[in-house]
Amino acid sequence: MTKIVVAVKYVPDATADRTFEADNTVDRENVDGLLSELDEYAVEQALQVVEAGDGEVTVLTVGPADASDAVRKALQMGADAGVHVEDDAIAGSDAFATSLVLAKAIEKLDYDLVFFGMGSTDAGMGVVPTLVAERLGLPAITFASEISVDGETVKIRRDGDAATQEIEATGKLVVSVTDQTGEARYPSFKGIMAAKKKPVEEWTLADLGVDAAEVGLDNAWTKVESTTPRPPRTAGEIVTDEGDGGTKLVEFLASKKFV
Amino acid sequence: MSEVLVLIDAPQGKVTKPSLELLTIARRIGEASAVVFGDADTSVLAEYGAEKIYTYADSAFAEYLVAPKAEALAALVAEKSPAAVLVPSTSEGKEIAARVALKSESGLITDAIDVAVDGGQVTTTQAAFAGNFTVAAQVTQGAPVIAVKPNSAAPEAAAGAGTVEAVSFDVPESAKQVKIVSSEARVSTGRPELTEAAIVVSGGRGTGGDFTEVEALADALGAAVGASRAAVDSGWKPHTFQVGQTGKTVSPQLYVANGISGAIQHRAGMQTSKTIVVVNKDEEAPIFEIADFGIVGDLFKVTPQLTEAIKARKG
Repeated sequence: MTKIVVAVKYVPDATADRTFEADNTVDRENVDGLLSELDEYAVEQALQVVEAGDGEVTVLTVGPADASDAVRKALQMGADAGVHVEDDAIAGSDAFATSLVLAKAIEKLDYDLVFFGMGSTDAGMGVVPTLVAERLGLPAITFASEISVDGETVKIRRDGDAATQEIEATGKLVVSVTDQTGEARYPSFKGIMAAKKKPVEEWTLADLGVDAAEVGLDNAWTKVESTTPRPPRTAGEIVTDEGDGGTKLVEFLASKKFV
Repeated sequence: MSEVLVLIDAPQGKVTKPSLELLTIARRIGEASAVVFGDADTSVLAEYGAEKIYTYADSAFAEYLVAPKAEALAALVAEKSPAAVLVPSTSEGKEIAARVALKSESGLITDAIDVAVDGGQVTTTQAAFAGNFTVAAQVTQGAPVIAVKPNSAAPEAAAGAGTVEAVSFDVPESAKQVKIVSSEARVSTGRPELTEAAIVVSGGRGTGGDFTEVEALADALGAAVGASRAAVDSGWKPHTFQVGQTGKTVSPQLYVANGISGAIQHRAGMQTSKTIVVVNKDEEAPIFEIADFGIVGDLFKVTPQLTEAIKARKG
């Protein structure tokens, strides 16, 4: 019986025109949100582990009211239960505060493994899995490109820049999952209907014993001074090849002193 | 002047160019001290301004994942109270930085593309939302822990004392929970590192899996080879070649995209390149929107012609 908590994030749609608020936090009001695409791979891998053996998957998110959409999507994919931590004080939290809330919520749950996506599609620091592991006193195996659970042993392949590593671990563990693990499933009609009956717990900071002074924008350990839209690239020259495309390209590269 | 700890990346003992960039940036803040796990050519660290070089020899640093390195670096931070800690913004560097920052209760910034110092205040620059925004940030608690991307500064030679101090550190058992069972080093392609290269030539779905022309152009230009997610997902290139949101972010002087449509996932990894050149037979491909120069045409005709023309010019 493997109990897996999958931590997921509700993010602004990456294909929309994303922007910042006046206080330099991510604008989550005017852009449609969804379950971060990169977290779908984590949900998928958790479901595959449980389907190959025995266990249950609990999906956990920290975010505003709309973030329940991310939980629902994971439940539709097949997760068994959901937890949504929502509290106004959390708004604008940095990675440290987010990891604190997640760690406290995970401690309240019965778990063997904690899965994350490899990073969010909005802030994208990719450090929250490591920070949660540090807070829970657990090892983290990040950027897993293949995962299997064999009895008490978790086997993971990591395809790093310098080497491909095979890792084996036992005991409680935090794992972050890359998009190399394989396509995430789409919710089936049956899954969508079943999700409506699945339990979702709503927790606040008080439920977790976290003080509001430990989280939120004002208590972040970093401050964003400014956010500036990058100037749009000036329109370039587009030429249709008439047998001399390569020659035209080399002339352009020569004009820029690349050749 | 206070110390700035710089985590050095030195695969097979060879100090990487981004590590020298970090030493250069460190000297803007204070005195550069290099931190080396395993073997590294310490003379080059001194040539690039390292006053002190802390070395760690325990085999645990290689046998386990990042936990032992994070424990050792955090202990060094506690002992030295540095003005800042700089690490390479690689997956391992960021993981070490995250654990060190939390242990030291210091703010963390990752993926910095510039680090400026004004009156002792360190301000970093990062790209956000697929490179559509530039963000300036500061650490407000503790000594800043900053993960810096390659090509964020030109490495500047500056003679440093380079005093080597071998540090003995007992790696706690708690940091030895996850052992690396086997490790297969990646075979070098002989081309520049993707994230460090001045020129990147990449291929996508339009190659149909045949990277011959992409690689020939890369070699004519002395460039690194990259690939789109579509090309990687098709199994044509390993993931280490992937440019994009879930692969490498590159910002070279010149980026040449061959047969790449330019989905947001790809643009996120390359649109801060200085000059972008595109070859694609689909004139509707979104990548043309960010091209400085584009050819609507078949890459199997245009790209080899370009390669030959470059070779002819170089004689």
